[in-house]
Order: sequence, then C-alpha cells, then structure tokens
Amino acid sequence: MQRLREYLLPEQSSTVASDVDNLFMFINIIGGLLLLGITIALIYYSWKYRRKSVEDVTPVIRHNLALELTWTIIPLILIMIVFAWGFRGYMNLRNAPGDSMEVYVTGLSFGWQFTYTNGVMSGSDLYVPAGRPVKLLMQSRDVIHSFFVPDFRIKQDLLPNRYTTQWFQADKPGQHVIFCTEYCGSGHSAMMGRVIVLPENEFNDWLAAEKAKSEQELPLARLGENVFSQQGCMACHSLDGAAGIGPTMKGLFGATRNFTDGTSAVADESYLREAILISNTKVVTGYPPAMPNYSGVLSDRQVDALIEYIKELN
Amino acid sequence: MATLPVLKEYPAQEHPETHFLNHDKSLKSWLLTVDHKRIGLMYLASVIFFFFVGGVLALALRLELWEPARNFMDADTYNRIFTLHGAVMIFLFIIPSIPAALGNIFLPVMLGAKDVAFPRLNLASFYIYVGGALFTLYSMAHGGIDTGWTFYTPYSTTSGSAVISMTFGVFVMGFSSILTGMNFIVTIHKMRAPGLVWGKLPLFIWSLYATAIIQVLATPVLAITLLLLIMERTLGIGIFDPALGGDPVLYQHFFWFYSHPAVYIMIVPAFGIISELIATFSRKTIFGYWAIAFSSLAIAFIGFLVWGHHMFTSGQSELSTVVFSFLTFFVGLPTGIKILNWVATMYKGSIWMQSPMLYAIMFLFLFTIGGLTGIMLGALSVNIHLHDTYYVVAHFHYVMMGGTVFAFLGGLHFWWPKFTGKMFNELQAKIAAVILFIGFNMTFLPQFVMGSQGMPRRYYGYIEQFQTLHQYSTVGSWVLGVGFLLIFWYLVQSLRKGEAAPSNPWGGRSLEWMISSPMPPHNFDYIPVVKHGPYDYHQPIAEFRLGIDDGHSHTETKAH
Repeated sequence: MQRLREYLLPEQSSTVASDVDNLFMFINIIGGLLLLGITIALIYYSWKYRRKSVEDVTPVIRHNLALELTWTIIPLILIMIVFAWGFRGYMNLRNAPGDSMEVYVTGLSFGWQFTYTNGVMSGSDLYVPAGRPVKLLMQSRDVIHSFFVPDFRIKQDLLPNRYTTQWFQADKPGQHVIFCTEYCGSGHSAMMGRVIVLPENEFNDWLAAEKAKSEQELPLARLGENVFSQQGCMACHSLDGAAGIGPTMKGLFGATRNFTDGTSAVADESYLREAILISNTKVVTGYPPAMPNYSGVLSDRQVDALIEYIKELN
Repeated sequence: MATLPVLKEYPAQEHPETHFLNHDKSLKSWLLTVDHKRIGLMYLASVIFFFFVGGVLALALRLELWEPARNFMDADTYNRIFTLHGAVMIFLFIIPSIPAALGNIFLPVMLGAKDVAFPRLNLASFYIYVGGALFTLYSMAHGGIDTGWTFYTPYSTTSGSAVISMTFGVFVMGFSSILTGMNFIVTIHKMRAPGLVWGKLPLFIWSLYATAIIQVLATPVLAITLLLLIMERTLGIGIFDPALGGDPVLYQHFFWFYSHPAVYIMIVPAFGIISELIATFSRKTIFGYWAIAFSSLAIAFIGFLVWGHHMFTSGQSELSTVVFSFLTFFVGLPTGIKILNWVATMYKGSIWMQSPMLYAIMFLFLFTIGGLTGIMLGALSVNIHLHDTYYVVAHFHYVMMGGTVFAFLGGLHFWWPKFTGKMFNELQAKIAAVILFIGFNMTFLPQFVMGSQGMPRRYYGYIEQFQTLHQYSTVGSWVLGVGFLLIFWYLVQSLRKGEAAPSNPWGGRSLEWMISSPMPPHNFDYIPVVKHGPYDYHQPIAEFRLGIDDGHSHTETKAH
C-alpha cells in the first residue's frame, strides 16, 4: 500500500500532504472494492445466467426494499465520511497559521515573480525556509494563472483583480517544481518555477545577501541583470541564442528586427524602451504577441539598466 | 351509432418493400423531410462526421505528446488543436449524439406516435445545428481558436484567435438543442399511445425527458454567457474585465451554470440506452423501474446545484466551495443506485452476450471508474491537488467516452437493424468492442497516474518523468483508432450487403420492435395500444402488438 501511494503521488514535502494522501488512498481502496464487486457480479452473472434458449423464462423481480435501502444507506455514509474528511483537510489548507512568513506572488505570461516583505525580489525561484509556514499573497498581471506545487499538494488560481492566498510549510530542505495549471496561452506549459527550501539560517543569509545586492549602487548593467532575473524575463527570453516564447536577448542590440505588420527597425535604445514599456506595439515575426506591459511596473532607472544589460550581451 | 374500436393484434410485416428510407428517393425528400427518422439519420451522419474530425484532432494531440518537447507542431498549433478537439467533441458530437440522432429516430416510435409534436421545428433544429457547425468550421479555417473549449476570460477577451465566430457558432447550436428539447417534452406529454402511461414508458424515454428539461432550462444561460463574451470583446462592456470593474470569476460561474448540467445532457441519455440494453439482453423485467426513472430526474435537478465544483481553486469563497462539495456527493448517490439496479437486473436473467450487451457491460465497468474518480474529485482537500491535472482529463473521458460513447455505440448496434434493415457482422462487432475497450483503458488509465503524480492538463511540453506514461497513452490512442476503423468498415459492409434484418432481432418488447425493419414511413399504420410495460417478458408477445384501426385503409399491413 505504501509503495502504491509512492508510485501514484509525488513525494510528501509539506505538512498537509500526508492527510491529503491518506484520503486519496482511502477513496481508492473503497472505490477499488466497489469496482471489484461490480466487476465480479457482471462477469459471474454473464456466465452463470447465460442464455440457454430463446424461450428462457426469467423471474419477475421488480423491487427488493431491504436491498435497495442497503445500497442507498451504505454509500450515503461513505460519501459523508469522504466529504467530512475532505472538508477538514480543506480548512487546513485554507487557514494559514498566524505566524506565517508572507511573500507576494505575481503571475504573468509566462513566469512567476516573488517579492519579500523586505523588498527583495526573485524571478522564477521562490526561496523559503524549512519548517516555517509561508503564506503566498498572489495576483496576476494579465490573464488567470494557477500556482501548483505537486510536492506540497497546494494549488490556487491567481486573478487579475484581487489577491488570492494559499500557504504551505515545507518540512525539509529541497527543490520542488511549480507548474501553472490554468491555461494561459502559448507558453502555458513553459510557465514553471522552483520552490527552493533552505535551512532557516541559509535562508536568512540568502535574504540578507539579496537585500544588500538591491541596495548597492550597482553599475547599470549589473542592476539590469538583477532586474532581468527578478522580473522572471528568462522564462521567455534566453541569453544563449536559443528560441523561447520570445526572442533571445543574445545579439539583440543593433540587430534589424522584422515585425508581423511588415515593417522593420533596428533594435536601438529607443526601440528596446518601447518594447519593454509599451509591449506588443511591434511584434517580431515568428513570435506570439505575449509580452506583458511594463509601463508603471519598472522605473526609468530599471529600464536604463535593462538596456545596458542587453547591450552587454552582444 | 358509433361502434367501439376493435382491439386486435398487428404483427409486423417482415422485410417490407416500401419503408421510410425508400418511399421517396429524391434529394429534396431528404433535405426538406419532416420525418423524424430521416432528420435523425441526418443528425447521425453529422455527428459521426464530427466524431471523426474530433478523433483525428485527438490522435494529432497524442502524437505530439510522444516527446516532452516539440515533436511536429508548435505550441500555438497544439493549443488550437486541443481547443477544437474539445469544442467539436462536446458541442458538435456528444451533446447531439444520443438525443438528436438516436432519440429523434426512436422517441416517437417508442411512444407509438407517427412523428414528434412539431415536425417542422424538428427540421429547423437540424438546420440551426448545421448553421452553428458551419460557423465552427469557419473559425477552424480562419486561424482557429486557442482558448480551450471553456473560453475563460480574460484570456478569451484578449486572445487574437477566432473567438467570436466560434462562440457565435456555439450560441447558434444552443437554439437547436433547446428546440429539440422542447419538442421532446411536448411529444412525451401529449403523444403517447393509448395505454402508455408514465409507468410504462421505456426508460430511454425517461432519460430523454430528463435530458430535455436540462436542455431547455440550462442552454439559455450558455447563450447569455457567450453573448456577453462577444459583447465584451466587441464593445468592451466590462462585465468580466477587472479594468472596467468586471470580474473574471463571474464568467466561470455563468459558464459552469450551463456546462455542468450539460454534462448530464451528455450522460443521462446514455443511462437510458443502458437500461434498454440490459433488460432486452437479459430478457428480464428491469429491477427498480421507478428508482432508475426518478434517479435520472434527481440527477437533472441536483445537476443544477453543483456547478461550483469546477471552481474549487478559482478564488470563489471558501463557503461556496464547501457547499458545492457537499451537494456534489448527492449526484453520486442516484448514479450509484442506477449502476446497482442494472447489475441486479442481470441476476437470474437469460443473458445473451451480443455486441450491444457487450458494450453495456463495458459501459458499467468504465462508467463506474468514471463515477468513483468523480467522488475523488469531489473530496475537497484531494481536489486541490488533482484540479486541472490529467486526473481530471482521465475522469471526464471515462465518463464521456467510456460512458456516453460506449453507450452510444451499444445503442447504435442495438437499433442499427431497425433503422437500416440490415444486420452487421456480429463477430467483427465483438472484436471491435474488445479492441476499443483495450485501447480506451490503455489511453486513459495512465492519465489517472500522471495526473495524481502532478502532470497539469493543456500542456504542450512536459517534464521528462511523465514521458513513459504519455507514450502508453499515445499507443492506446492508436488502438482506439484501429477499433473505430473496424467499426466503420463493417457497418459500411452491412449497408452494402448485410443480411436483411427481421423486425425484432433481439427479442425486444418496446414498440419499435413491433413494426417492420426498416420502419414504415409513418411508423404505425394503426393506433398501437399498450397493455404491458416495456420489460414485461413474462407476458405473451402477442399482447405487445395490439392496436386499433386508425380509420385509413392500409393494404400492405394486411399481408400477414
């Protein structure tokens, strides 16, 4: 039974996982027994009562109150157990402990961005400490996305007009995949991320180092590199020339870009600025118009920094 | 002084020269027919065509998923194909499949009527369906649509694909569904043969009655929703767009308020067919007639109250989520009762394992899996993990394909001799059924495993750990393809040179078996009178063929 559970379900990496899995296995076992019973009856009756002659006379059995009551009441009890168990587990999944660490999550086509309360930002990778509850305050910048970590058994949609929340507590250090599970377009299946669970002290070191990095008076290109990673740009734009959902950043600056409307332009500073802030006014041939709009999201200094960083990639 | 009509036996004429298929052979007599049987056949040809289209799309999807990354199509093409597969299968195949095709052909006959209550409206329904289907084909040709068959906002209001023509097509088809439903309700109420009281209705009729009620009550909500979506896109009215004060979750409520009851439009008629098959091939009175009849109505009613179980992770309130979960389990109860009633009907029967019965047995097995995994998805904490994964994909294919499609095939084989007048090759039919059963389980069982392991649905690419299971599933889809080709082949052979069918090849007791195969142009040349229930196998068969003269002279039926 243990091995069946381990085959069917991902590893149990959060405090709620084992209760969810036990209910999953309970329903499988009860359901399996019911299915077995029905299958045996079907096969046995098909053989035992097979037709001997076209003139076979069969008994008239229209009702059997005791039998009908039995097969109404027993399933009724079973489904009430399943409901109550699922309800208890759900309440557990919904109510974050009061001492949870809060992280803001933004979903955008097609990446994840995480902001800590001290201002540190991280793209794609959510760093959390082991053994501490983490509450996610989530919203979408465009269409609906859904934040799913199979190893934690948690999932919640992100909406463009309000915050939705969920919480988890990872019990030991490790890495866990994040999937988007609400269909969001071309890059839906590529909208992945990782939860990186660190021991409490390592997490604190990471947070402090990131904080220091963001506060330093960095050279523009280095700041650009940070912004690129914090905003999750690499979900769509590669740095090594590989095609993604959007064009690669390698060799972009100064190259001639051909657009879907038939026009073309050289990728200079003004073009890059427009492409970031008022996205999709010009769409490069061969790519979907999927770039989110960063007007009002990035400061002028951050845009300058991104342009310097892109220049450096040539 | 008027004389009392004489009740006498009207045996069916075997192998009639003139029947509804050949009494007028002109193209016009088909295209402008008001005969429910011919309209039903035109529906049948259409739904089979669209099943083929949807099936080819499914094979393409499965082939693309052979590799974790790109195999032979890009992400945008994949997204368009899965959207079309869903939309074609649901709106063009499965919703009209049993009610509009088989229901149209057999509902009036089983009631002892000469046609539906509104024959011209029936023809109009068909052409409205064709009109809607043309819009769908137009959207396919003009860039396709990439929103998923659910058209969720805000993606559907921002996507650059042919959302308007597609949703308009679905909007138009909704009217076809509503009109057919109204026609059936009136026909069942007003046109039953003398003696055919509600308690003697074949259970297929009860299931069509429950279905028709859902069609009439739920489809308008879909129409409103799609119209709002079209207005949102063209006029920017801001019902669903948060930037204008709207709410995208509201769309989901509207959509599922129709689309959850629509699940029962798809499955309840299948229950009706299974009741007919189990009773006929067990040659036995059905166990729990009223339990089966009323559980269809109960499912239709509760089905209106559970739409929120599609939205447990959507951001609706926790209270709604809990209430919807609680109510959802009460759909499971009548459904389970039906399954046990069917099994109990086989007890001490005289079971004749012909291909339609084989499909019924397979239905019981596959649909039980579909139902039990539905209980799994209704359990709140487990649902959070399984929602929008392949587990859901496998669950609804077990219900829709293992359930409705297998029942549809059972019904098609069961009634094939009746409306074509030809038998098919029974051995090939059994082989095809077994191939389908194996192929179906090979395709969809691995998807339960993938889903519980965390594989999300609607994914063009996937991480490598899922590749083996995806490949099993793809091989299964090929087996399914072979099974369907075999069915197509032997049914065409049957039409070309099949043995002529007797009027009652399976020994049925309901009214359609008491007339010729194929049926006479006006079904009955007399007024049938019903004395016994449709499953009263202990009564002499002569008492199922009773009727009174309808006042016209018919020379052809006097022959026997």
